Amino acid sequence: MSQFLEISGLCARIDADGQEKQILRGVDLTIPPGEVHAIMGPNGCGKSTLSYVLAGREDYEVTAGSVTFKGQDLLAMEPEERAAAGLFLAFQSPIELPGVNNANFLRTAVNAVRRARGLEELDAVAFLKMAREAAKSLSMAPDMLKRNVNVGFSGGEKKRNEVLQMTLLQPSFAILDETDSGLDVDALRIVAEGVNRLRSPDFSALVITHHQKLLDYLVPDRIHVMAKGRIILSGGPELAKKIDQEGYTKFLAEAA
Amino acid sequence: MPAVTETREAVEKLGQSTYKWGFETDIQMDLAPKGLNEDIVRLISARKNEPEWLLEWRLTAFRKWQSMKEPTWAKVSYPPIDYQDAHYYAAPRKKEGPKSLDEVDPELLKTYEKLGIPLHEQALLAGVELPEGETARPPVAVDAVFDSVSVVTTFRKTLEEAGVIFCPISEAVQEHPELVRKYLGSVVPVADNFYAALNSAVFTDGSFVYVPKGVRCPMELSTYFRINARNTGQFERTLIVVEDGASVSYLEGCTAPMRDENQLHAAVVELVAMEDASIKYSTVQNWYPGDSEGRGGIYNFVTKRGACRGARSKISWTQVETGSAITWKYPSCILQGDGSVGEFYSVAVTNNCQQADTGTKMIHIGRNTRSTIIAKTISAGRSDSTYRGLVRVQPKASGARNFTQCDSLLIGDECGAHTVPYIESRNMAARIEHEATTSKISEDQLFYCRQRGLSEEDAVGLIVNGFCRDVLKELPMEFAVEAQKLLQISLEGSVG
Ligand SMILES: Nc1ncnc2c1ncn2[C@@H]1O[C@H](COP(=O)(O)OP(=O)(O)OP(=O)(O)O)[C@@H](O)[C@H]1O
Ligand SMILES: [Mg+2]
Repeated sequence: MSQFLEISGLCARIDADGQEKQILRGVDLTIPPGEVHAIMGPNGCGKSTLSYVLAGREDYEVTAGSVTFKGQDLLAMEPEERAAAGLFLAFQSPIELPGVNNANFLRTAVNAVRRARGLEELDAVAFLKMAREAAKSLSMAPDMLKRNVNVGFSGGEKKRNEVLQMTLLQPSFAILDETDSGLDVDALRIVAEGVNRLRSPDFSALVITHHQKLLDYLVPDRIHVMAKGRIILSGGPELAKKIDQEGYTKFLAEAA
Repeated sequence: MPAVTETREAVEKLGQSTYKWGFETDIQMDLAPKGLNEDIVRLISARKNEPEWLLEWRLTAFRKWQSMKEPTWAKVSYPPIDYQDAHYYAAPRKKEGPKSLDEVDPELLKTYEKLGIPLHEQALLAGVELPEGETARPPVAVDAVFDSVSVVTTFRKTLEEAGVIFCPISEAVQEHPELVRKYLGSVVPVADNFYAALNSAVFTDGSFVYVPKGVRCPMELSTYFRINARNTGQFERTLIVVEDGASVSYLEGCTAPMRDENQLHAAVVELVAMEDASIKYSTVQNWYPGDSEGRGGIYNFVTKRGACRGARSKISWTQVETGSAITWKYPSCILQGDGSVGEFYSVAVTNNCQQADTGTKMIHIGRNTRSTIIAKTISAGRSDSTYRGLVRVQPKASGARNFTQCDSLLIGDECGAHTVPYIESRNMAARIEHEATTSKISEDQLFYCRQRGLSEEDAVGLIVNGFCRDVLKELPMEFAVEAQKLLQISLEGSVG
């Protein structure tokens, strides 16, 4: 049987002001079902780009390689099809939607995904009950559901809102792009608990982070180090601690 | 960026098929010969069995019209209109006005059924009203105007008991001539502008509402306009008079079949609010916009004006304009009474080759008069949309205040949006604020929504509805839902 998520030789570039810019230069990565993996790497090495390409952002042109997700050709799917198939991306910088009520947005999304998965849609009452409980478990103020999506949210509130969406959409594969950045210590723990609650043999995650702290809570199965658009090193949780102590320079030098 | 190109291409693909109200009804018509001259004006007046004063009023308007020129200041362009090449009177052939359901042409009923307007309850049509408590939602009285003639008005009895008059204006001319004569043309004079003069000469029907002193109209009133016949102009005339301390909420909706040729629609709406009276006038305009190449569609040249005559009176215009090939429309408020309030909430959507030049005029005459303007403009395809608004403060309007907010949202990069505010203040103490923004639906927003499982179309719908929220929330509940769907349908194919 093929792996849960299998990325091989993935290359992608972007057209920035008429200049072709190669960002991913052959990413190989395999995540088995039920595992949590972490990616670390210096600023600008292509971590967010990888998450966007996996989620289907059209600005990035895939020039080589393949991605299979639960046996399907992920790169051939529309972003919303990927979401329906169970892929969720917690954005490094969540987007604001002025005038769009957060609860309404969440319900529209949850029902779109449920429809695509062959589940019954939730009515407003059932949904609100579920959403309020989920918000509470993330210690979010109840009025966050009534406000406009991410508009005027603090940095930490935005990140929590991402985790709220993840909780409600029940993905089988979540990419968390620096969801820990900008969180205070309590929030970090709450968010980590939110992710841990989802853990099951049917749930995998790829956690992008710069900090050891989140990994202390999540205890990833594997750590990957990315540099210049490739995974240059993989190892167990101890790798993160080493990076935390020694910095990237040494690893990059060794890998070169 | 690839997605933007795709968006633009998809907008271009939007064709006739997306206009869901484009069917034609096969009905026996009573048609006047093509052309416009004094004889036609006399014929219309005679068909309507009008009193002499009204015929004279029409003829005055017609003579003035002949000496007037079509306005050219709006940012719209279209080939010259041949005013002699249209029928100025078209009426479904029928016996004396339908008194019960059996007398209404079944084809007509089917049309309204297809349109899904609240008329469909056959009992309502027959004038048999449902027993108390049997309606799940508040009832809406409907006046349905088919081409030039009002075909049926529902809930008249309930309204009569409350003292409210709601009937076709042609009937009001017969039944309440003193009211019509007193107020007709008192807000929009016969020669106000080219199209208003044309309307005054040839208007055939429309709605009349009179709410007496102290009465709160017990239900929403609604007029439903439909152009059906080929080569006919539609010139309806609406007159709403609300006496001291009375109030009414009124909604108009409109559709037309798909035609290759353009059809002219030049309506006039006059509102009169006396002391402490309030009028809420909402429009959901969905005339046929033409196909993706700009063939066909309605030319919508409309004059709407309200007079806040009494102290503390209030007139509120809310419009959702999604249809028409060309929209030329400036619902206005004359704030005469001290402390009177004018409001204008507008959403104008243009797609493909549609052109809209719309806005408002707030004329502050009385002291402490206040006005609010919230205009949301959405352009897609190769369309062009202009907000044009005037705020004028007269010397005596001490304490006058205006707040204007104009926001434009662009979809794709071939469309245009323009904001043209005119501010004329002759009172130093007046406070006038104007804010304007232009934005695009960003690829970030679309991608964010799609990552959460929404289709691109639903994402655009959600973002557009969010953009329009401040206006949509002003619509009566029932129609807000309809308007939201309409917004989404109008932009269907503008992405993905
Ligand atoms: N739309 C774009 N236009 C131009 N350059 C881009 C674009 N997107 C990404 N890049 C460039 O690609 C490189 C990788 O960016 P990416 O956001 O993937 O880095 P990252 O590893 O997530 O960094 P960080 O740790 O700072 O979040 C950077 O040099 C960035 O400037
Ligand atoms: Mg990043």
